[in-house]
Amino acid sequence: MAPILQRISSSLRELGDLFLLVGDVFASFRHRRPSWGDFLYQLHFIGVKSQSVVITTGAATGMVLCAQTYFQFHKVKMDTATGAVVSVGMSSELGPVLAALMITGRVGAAMAAELGTMKVTEQIDALRTLAAHPVDTLVMPRVLASLVSAPLLTAEAVIVGITASWMIGVKLLGIDSAYYLVNMNRYTDPVDVISGLIKSIFFGAIIALISCYKGLNCRGGAEGVGRATTEAVVAASITILVSNFFLTLLLTRFFKG
Amino acid sequence: MIEVRDVRKSFGSQAVLKGASLQINAGEAVVIIGRSGGGKSVLLKHLIGLLPPDQGSVLVGGADLAQMTERQLLQVRRRFGMLFQTAALFDSLNVFENVSFVLRREGNHSAAEIRSLVADALARVELSGIEEKLPSELSGGMRKRVGLARAIIYKPEILLYDEPTTGLDPIAGDRIDRLIRRVWEQLNVTSIAVTHDMKSARTISNRILMLHEGTIYADGKTEEILDSKDPILHRFVNGISSAGIGNI
Repeated sequence: MAPILQRISSSLRELGDLFLLVGDVFASFRHRRPSWGDFLYQLHFIGVKSQSVVITTGAATGMVLCAQTYFQFHKVKMDTATGAVVSVGMSSELGPVLAALMITGRVGAAMAAELGTMKVTEQIDALRTLAAHPVDTLVMPRVLASLVSAPLLTAEAVIVGITASWMIGVKLLGIDSAYYLVNMNRYTDPVDVISGLIKSIFFGAIIALISCYKGLNCRGGAEGVGRATTEAVVAASITILVSNFFLTLLLTRFFKG
Repeated sequence: MIEVRDVRKSFGSQAVLKGASLQINAGEAVVIIGRSGGGKSVLLKHLIGLLPPDQGSVLVGGADLAQMTERQLLQVRRRFGMLFQTAALFDSLNVFENVSFVLRREGNHSAAEIRSLVADALARVELSGIEEKLPSELSGGMRKRVGLARAIIYKPEILLYDEPTTGLDPIAGDRIDRLIRRVWEQLNVTSIAVTHDMKSARTISNRILMLHEGTIYADGKTEEILDSKDPILHRFVNGISSAGIGNI
């Protein structure tokens, strides 16, 4: 029983520390203007360099979703509804979630490893002795860049996924292009797209905050950095998946009543 | 200038500082000696607010660091420069960017002024012309000297050194010692170092404190401490490990 209580207590303490970090990030906006150089560097690292994984994920998801939907709908002669299912699914759920998971794997791991290495090699302490707050210098540019990059990457994944599904549906499976597009347009509510983009902003914040938190609180040498990196990816991924469910309920209630 | 009052610090069940008290005046060159793992670096980090005490207080110019938030501490730390045991250079930045970090961040100097100040700081540590090199391209001794240049460029009042000669060969260590001594003499700073290198302590200090079992065991002029007949001090200073040495 004691180890379980210890685990719960430790998890609650970590959650509290994470919220304190969120408070520090808000304080950082008040106290210091973000460094454009650091922000643009992070924007390039998170946004530009993540495109290949996000495009690949979007295309693969769109294609397989299209094929599976078609195979089932074809049995009841609803082939032309395939595009609508792909479009709604990609815009509101699969696009934001899968893009976020891919960003977590690529960017979250790198953030936790970089900050963790800085922590164990005393570079974070050196920053503090040079009168620089680690949240101002390291966390804020990453959070800002992540907030901007995540919705853009999500939009890219959705567009690529829908385009890929059109190619598979129309060119390979023989669905009529006009019906495919008309149904897609008819059943895809702008709210689906907006919900997906709002979710992606939340996910961007989750990725940057959890990864930075794990890196800044890394202990031990190389093993500690490895542990922090793994924990960052696992914690961010689980938080994204769980929060997605609640965000779906919340946003549906908000937009559709 | 700096006063430590009955500071206690534990990590888990391990008590590292058990009521350490000391006072350091402006312009002194102080070395804190003690066995490895005895809490010297922990004590040094308390002086600049990198670690908060569990009990007790650390006063810098009368202000209690233990009562300050991290953002308030940033203002106090501007009075300090610190050389870390591993130099702790930012490995993604080159030497110029490392040394000019504070100046570029504050934005009070033109690019030309910063270039000139960096060149001057690097010249002081005898490393002119390496601005474009990355920390990974430097030797351990060079990294420490760049760390020293980074610490002195903004003219702090107090310089802290954490094991400045550890990991260096005797010649590189001697060079660092001479630089620390010269910086203290020329820049009129308060110098506080922790080390277990007695040769280094002799060179860079005019006062030595010994941290033993979590408290300040001895405090005196450099020669007095190094020539002391006190059994614990004598054995530590002369590196004598034998039966009856207790916890040293």
